[in-house]
Amino acid sequence: MSKTLYDKIWQSHLINEQDDGTSLIYIDRHLVHEVTSPQAFEGLRLSNRKVNSPKRTLAVADHNVPTLDRDLGIKEEDSRIQVEELDKNVEEFQIPYFNMNDTRQGIVHVIGPEQGFTQPGMTIVCGDSHTATHGAFGSLAFGIGTSEVEHVLATQTLIQKKAMNMLINITGNLDKIVTSKDLILYIIGKIGTAGGTGCVIEYSGNALRDMSMESRMTICNMSIEAGARAGMIAPDDTTFNYLYEKPMAPKNGDWDKAVNWWKTLPSDSGAKFDKIVDIDATKVTQTITWGTSPEEIVSIDGTVPNPNKISDEVKQNKIKRSIEYMGLTPGQKISDVEINTVFIGSCTNSRIEDIRSAAEIIKGKKVSTNVKALVVPGSGLVKKQAEEEGLDVIFKHAGFEWREPGCSMCLAMNSDKLNEGDRCASTSNRNFEGRQGKGGRTHLVSPEIAAASAITGKLTDPRNVT
Amino acid sequence: MEKFNTFKGIAAPFNILNVDTDKIIPKQFLTTIKRTGLGKHVFDEMRYKKDGLENPNFVLNQKPYDKSNILIAGDNFGCGSSREHAPWALKDFGIKCIISTSFADIFYNNSFKNGLLPIMVTKDERDALLEDAKDKENPEIEIDLENQEIRRPNGGKIKFKIDPFRKKCLLEGLDDIGLTELHENKIKSFEESRSTKHPWL
Repeated sequence: MSKTLYDKIWQSHLINEQDDGTSLIYIDRHLVHEVTSPQAFEGLRLSNRKVNSPKRTLAVADHNVPTLDRDLGIKEEDSRIQVEELDKNVEEFQIPYFNMNDTRQGIVHVIGPEQGFTQPGMTIVCGDSHTATHGAFGSLAFGIGTSEVEHVLATQTLIQKKAMNMLINITGNLDKIVTSKDLILYIIGKIGTAGGTGCVIEYSGNALRDMSMESRMTICNMSIEAGARAGMIAPDDTTFNYLYEKPMAPKNGDWDKAVNWWKTLPSDSGAKFDKIVDIDATKVTQTITWGTSPEEIVSIDGTVPNPNKISDEVKQNKIKRSIEYMGLTPGQKISDVEINTVFIGSCTNSRIEDIRSAAEIIKGKKVSTNVKALVVPGSGLVKKQAEEEGLDVIFKHAGFEWREPGCSMCLAMNSDKLNEGDRCASTSNRNFEGRQGKGGRTHLVSPEIAAASAITGKLTDPRNVT
Repeated sequence: MEKFNTFKGIAAPFNILNVDTDKIIPKQFLTTIKRTGLGKHVFDEMRYKKDGLENPNFVLNQKPYDKSNILIAGDNFGCGSSREHAPWALKDFGIKCIISTSFADIFYNNSFKNGLLPIMVTKDERDALLEDAKDKENPEIEIDLENQEIRRPNGGKIKFKIDPFRKKCLLEGLDDIGLTELHENKIKSFEESRSTKHPWL
């Protein structure tokens, strides 16, 4: 029978299945960070359990870490305790760990692919919803809660039920100016934040085949914003070339065996999907969010919606509330909206290509005097690469702050946060109320739009910056 | 885990669309290394004013809803991050059951691991329960998991569906890890055959 990519990975990891479909699946890779793990390790200690497979586990501190003056340690006591707790736990349970001062340290979803820890055909979990990122390699990767983190640590398995197969088929080609961030925001706008609930999304189409791994990661990363726990893209030569010679990728004779197996993973022709959504790539424009849900999108040349045109009362109230929180007016041109902060970073857009694209626009220009702008590379290795290419100099010269790697202002658990009323063009993934700081206002954008907006002080189409 | 018994409790009307986990428990409270004590911070930004005092317009600050055990919620409740702090905070406040038309997957899953029952009903049923909850004089609803039944203040009943395995775990207070360890041999042989076939994994 024809199978989807998801079917194949699911079936090859199935250890046990009960009559009601409740299944025990094997987990190949487990990424651990400081925020969602302390209670899990505590649970192991209380029940006198060990970590089943430390070699399939990789830990890193990313959410709480400072992006300035790292050598001075973490100032905030709670954050410091949480990171120290991880330091202790990885030592006690003998888990591989990139500590805060390791060059390989970075955002958990940046370092996994970068190290080749992430590979096609695997099941990959992490106590973090953006684990979906790793699906770009043709793996089944999803976020779990802390109880499940404990479960995986103890047993290297998870109790799950199979999700539905959903296909998002992108037909036609994207305009040159349109990025993968624009595409995923457009898709979320089309299907809504619950559009993928209960599903694993597979993205397909020529537009994706032409994309780099980094662009594909941006797409899979935001699958959770469309309600899906996982998003996947079938592996191909782009995937294999990316992984070749990565530190944790298969070596020597194993490489060829692995590639041969990876080539069998893509969905069979005629495989059955429970839901299919077609997206016409030629209709996708440069897309950003105007509101406080990732589905509240607008084209960079568009306007803030008018809630009175919406008949459903609950939806109308949600839009009114978003407009009020965001301090906008219905019908306002989005390109007239002034910003005072720019954040280039997060597991969505902090990789070398993101930084290069932003630098390209910034080069030789200055950040608007009203704007505080920062670049937070996704990992120490991304930062190093960028510095070797001289990109840090371009940013610093323009007036950007060039920071140490971490989650930073994406969720503002460290000291990088918006103040009440600040408005930010952010390359991150969530624009919820208070996400980047209490009372802060977030517009989700591509690195290109973030860079252009930093120069003009308004939400700006990069083509208008010359 | 504590067993989930039939109970009668105050239901709060909470008809907001796409309530995300940042809203349930903002990130400044995620630095805890414990599972308890988050109840006072649940819905922090809606619940407290800038001066730190309670916002009297927020439903869970109003009597009798300040003692709610049940939320009648808007569509797609619990979207966003995987933080289990969201069910921990709700549970610590006293919420034992959330009724909505739909939940985000990870939140839904996390709730069961913490003895918090998410119930999915139709839009009409949810809207009827919202009306029940709005009656401040008599907002009590009974939740009977064993019989998969919600009993309304007017004596009406709403049946609900639930996964049989999850139901059993809640009713008996079963620990997932303990259940999985019963399959230890199967896991070992799976691991061995996988290591032979795909040694790089």
